[in-house]
Amino acid sequence: MEEEQELKDHREERELQIVLLLGLTPPPLFKFFPELLQKFKFLSPFEYPTTPIHQFLKFHAQSIKVMICMGGRNEATCELGDAADFAVGLLLDVLRRISASNRYVRSGLWPLKGEYPLGLKVGGQRVGIVGLGSIGSEVAKRLDAFGCSISYNSRRKKVSILFPYYSHVCDLAANCDILILCCALTDETYHIINKDVLSALGKDGVIINVGRGALVDEKALVRFLVRGEIGGAGLDVFENEPTVPKEFLELDNVVLTLHKAVHTLSSLSALYELTMANLEAFFSNKPLLSPVNYEQEAVTL
Amino acid sequence: MESIGVLMTCPMSNYLEEELEKKFKLFKIWKHTDQKDQFLKENSQSIRAIVGNAAVGASSELIDSLPKLEIVSSYSVGLDKIDLNKCKEKGIRVSNTPDVLTDDVADLAIALILSTLRRICESDRYVRNGLWKKGDFKLSTKFTGKSVGIIGLGRIGAAIAERAAAFDCPISYFSRSEKPNTNYKYYSNILDLAANCQILVVACALTEETRHIVNRQVIDALGPKGVVINIGRGPHIDEPELVSALVEGRLGGAGLDVYENEPEVPEELLGLDNVVLLPHVGSGTFETRNAMADLVIGNLEAYFSNKPLLTPVV
Repeated sequence: MEEEQELKDHREERELQIVLLLGLTPPPLFKFFPELLQKFKFLSPFEYPTTPIHQFLKFHAQSIKVMICMGGRNEATCELGDAADFAVGLLLDVLRRISASNRYVRSGLWPLKGEYPLGLKVGGQRVGIVGLGSIGSEVAKRLDAFGCSISYNSRRKKVSILFPYYSHVCDLAANCDILILCCALTDETYHIINKDVLSALGKDGVIINVGRGALVDEKALVRFLVRGEIGGAGLDVFENEPTVPKEFLELDNVVLTLHKAVHTLSSLSALYELTMANLEAFFSNKPLLSPVNYEQEAVTL
Repeated sequence: MESIGVLMTCPMSNYLEEELEKKFKLFKIWKHTDQKDQFLKENSQSIRAIVGNAAVGASSELIDSLPKLEIVSSYSVGLDKIDLNKCKEKGIRVSNTPDVLTDDVADLAIALILSTLRRICESDRYVRNGLWKKGDFKLSTKFTGKSVGIIGLGRIGAAIAERAAAFDCPISYFSRSEKPNTNYKYYSNILDLAANCQILVVACALTEETRHIVNRQVIDALGPKGVVINIGRGPHIDEPELVSALVEGRLGGAGLDVYENEPEVPEELLGLDNVVLLPHVGSGTFETRNAMADLVIGNLEAYFSNKPLLTPVV
């Protein structure tokens, strides 16, 4: 009886299409959308932590038809609003010291040490958006309502946008108080925020990163923050997640989150639906719903 | 004006203190708490002005002990710590600091909404405690497009509405009367407001009528997915009811800048992940506090030069 059941299971397993999943940590998708597991067999290198990834891929190469890389922008989902909301939330936190003063209250210091140090006014801050794509535009729309002045850097100047454009990030940094990183990670944008940009931003400057960790030369950022050569940072992404430079943990002017900019139920639901729809289309030989145009995107993995 | 006596009720701003010392004869009552009555008796004949704030204002008792009092210039926009009736009776002028702090307080309301809904402070805690490596699957709640209900559509309430609108949030409000020229939905009953929004923001003045305006019924109407944000005054909310609703999961979360007995914060809240607790920092930026101080001084100088008050209340 047991043998029969095992054979049956194996047969069912063989019938499921195999999908390779690359992501940070075992995807929250399965926890919230277990139906995915009934339709496809997912392989994740995270389940084999001691196997080097190239070996893992070589072993399974023949059976993998589809690979999903968790994360990444997609305009067909509602991630845009969420990512923009999160960027604004991080900025407000750094300027008004929300996480730091919340810690202060929770550790019982308010009655003992009195008033918490003052923060910085949001209105009137000059905000530079690095990458004025869909997410960057949503950030700009929100910060405009707070009285911030917006300028940007992008691969190309956007004809329809009235905000001031700077063709070099250093110039943007020199003319802003705050930089918000909303661009994709490519060969050109790797370490786009380096020590020159940080120097140009100045000692009261703030960096908000909801893009990718590698947009920032993290070692340089650590040095600047530790030496007080920059005002503060709100970081949702890091170069070697889940490792966060320990120097950040000592600083009150840094807010650290766990790559959560789009981790809301609504965004992940939309992402799940799109992923499922793409998978089903692929395996029924129908056109993909949201294919990537390689010439246009020049994406690096 | 250096001989005019001004009593400051508590430490509130070094800048304000320095300016008051330069221009007036400043009495710092908090330095004499042990012999307060003695101190007042000795100096009451010279004190013509009080500078108070949201923590310590001009109480009935204090006003009675200063027979030469002519003006109360508050380092706050809130007037709940001033006995306004007594001031009116005795012909004492009152000024506050409206407008200069509107943006900061509205910014803080949105900051509290985002931190609470998107679990920003909670994430920051996880990272600092090294918990990220263990994996974390808590999803947060989207803010864009969520319904926001505002109690009080005055300067601060309107500024909050403007910001929330940039996040595509439908806005509704409860107020003593409907405001003309807004596109926001008006509810004449606070229970209807609470039942029809997900994020409830307290932004009205504290008066006898608005004390405990957020009570058990309002919290029940808001429900387990609802979030309360308080940037008004602690007594706007029935604090024990709020605490038990949060602890029992009958309310989704809370972002609080004010409490009934500052700086005391209910201990049960300290253990909850779905609340953000700030130490009354609504107007807490360098720029705004300096602007508030300038307004306090400006009102005093105007009064004692027989000019109209800049921002009169009484």
